[in-house]
Amino acid sequence: MAVPGSPQRIPSGERVKARVLESEDMSRALRRIAHEILEHNKGIADVILIGIHTRGVPLAERLGREIEEIEGQMPQVGAIDVSFYRDDIGIRRPKEIAPTELPFDVSGKTVVLVDDVLFTGRTIRAAIDALVDFGRPDTIQLAVLMDRGHREIPIRADYVGKNIPTSANEQVRVHLAEIDGSDEVVILEGQA
Amino acid sequence: MIKHLLSIDQLVPDQIDLIMRTADSLREVGTRTIKKVPALRGRTVCNLFFEPSTRTRISFELAAKRLSADVVTFTADARTSVSKGESFRDTAQTLQAMGVDAIVIRHSSSGAPVLLSKWVDASVINAGDGLHEHPTQALLDLYSIRERFGSFEGLRVGIVGDVVHSRVARSNVKALAKMGAIVTLVGPPTLMPPAVETWGVEVTTDLDEVLPKLDVAYLLRVQTERMNEKLFPTAREYAALWGLDRRRVAMMKPEGLIMHPGPMNRGVEIASEVADLERSIITNQVTNGISVRSALLYLMLGDTTGSDEDPEEDIDG
Repeated sequence: MAVPGSPQRIPSGERVKARVLESEDMSRALRRIAHEILEHNKGIADVILIGIHTRGVPLAERLGREIEEIEGQMPQVGAIDVSFYRDDIGIRRPKEIAPTELPFDVSGKTVVLVDDVLFTGRTIRAAIDALVDFGRPDTIQLAVLMDRGHREIPIRADYVGKNIPTSANEQVRVHLAEIDGSDEVVILEGQA
Repeated sequence: MIKHLLSIDQLVPDQIDLIMRTADSLREVGTRTIKKVPALRGRTVCNLFFEPSTRTRISFELAAKRLSADVVTFTADARTSVSKGESFRDTAQTLQAMGVDAIVIRHSSSGAPVLLSKWVDASVINAGDGLHEHPTQALLDLYSIRERFGSFEGLRVGIVGDVVHSRVARSNVKALAKMGAIVTLVGPPTLMPPAVETWGVEVTTDLDEVLPKLDVAYLLRVQTERMNEKLFPTAREYAALWGLDRRRVAMMKPEGLIMHPGPMNRGVEIASEVADLERSIITNQVTNGISVRSALLYLMLGDTTGSDEDPEEDIDG
């Protein structure tokens, strides 16, 4: 599956406050999440991983490969773009759109949505709306690499790589080798 | 993104690329069981058609509905306020008072969309004005070419026929040139615009000579209503000199495409059996029109920030 998106630059006027995950930490976290998904769902029968564009997509593929290593079988992996379902259309400039690729039926399946950072929860709300346009999954679960708090709607993750306390004006940037050239997670200090 | 789309001149190549990529996503929406997303829920798009049109009006209607916008249609036929003598300006003010978010206008006078854009708060999209432009047709044509060739750089496109009366040709020449394609206009001298040498394109009367070099043969509709203007002798003579028939298709590159903005006059600018060839992508153009117009509506109405900067990446998780 093609991974669109351009490497993230660290904007001027913002400085890196902390590096919270290095490459090996990220691999370990993903491996643990893969185990948790298997444990929770008692295997991968009927489990589908769906990455949320942009950085959820390579993360879903990595989780799929981790699961394959454990179970010897690769779960189906898809990609979903939530742009057309956001609640800030017309308020905020739209992000680049990437095509949704769900070449399978989601009805009756256990769908694990995968994203890089869980923040306000609004992206996940949009992703659930997008997903149910394709069918009626039995269960929808959520896996995120980072949970930074500050929820604005009642959404929680089932699988979390790392919880990090942040203040609202900070930014959490996940860099992935597939898009950004290397794996790391940094906290950027916003302008005061 | 721009607020109004009045002419291809307003767009830079990056914006055209963005429209194409957004259309890719909307094409995917068109393949779903539920061919609809909630992006423009609660917005109203008004189709304001002072000239008869079927395909463009329906295409815009489906494009808006794919985004969940509401659509109202105003056609200036026998039973509307226009037939009662309402002025263009009053029609505009009425629509303004009704609070529509976008107006898609087709008008026989060049410049009508520009005028309208000065009177209303809504976004105005030019769906064909007089002999001036038909920018969304050019964008869907670009999209259809990109679908087959991937890019435009160095592609040779021949636009054949009645260029002088064609807003489709005007918009396409600009759009193709912007994206790096090489355009040749082909047709009788009576159907070439005055000062065509200032357009920066090649011009010829000899279709047989250019055909083997073309990647795309874009045939314009012969406007049969112009027959009595004596710009060419007969439809048969036109077909013999500039119509695309089997013999001429055989001269084209094997991967060369045939395009037409519709509606076609089979047997005049295009032979009937040629219109149905695999390389003739005329129905793809129609299908793509919905995705491209959806993309435009989404980008124009979905971005009211007026900013040209890149969106912040980490807006939310």
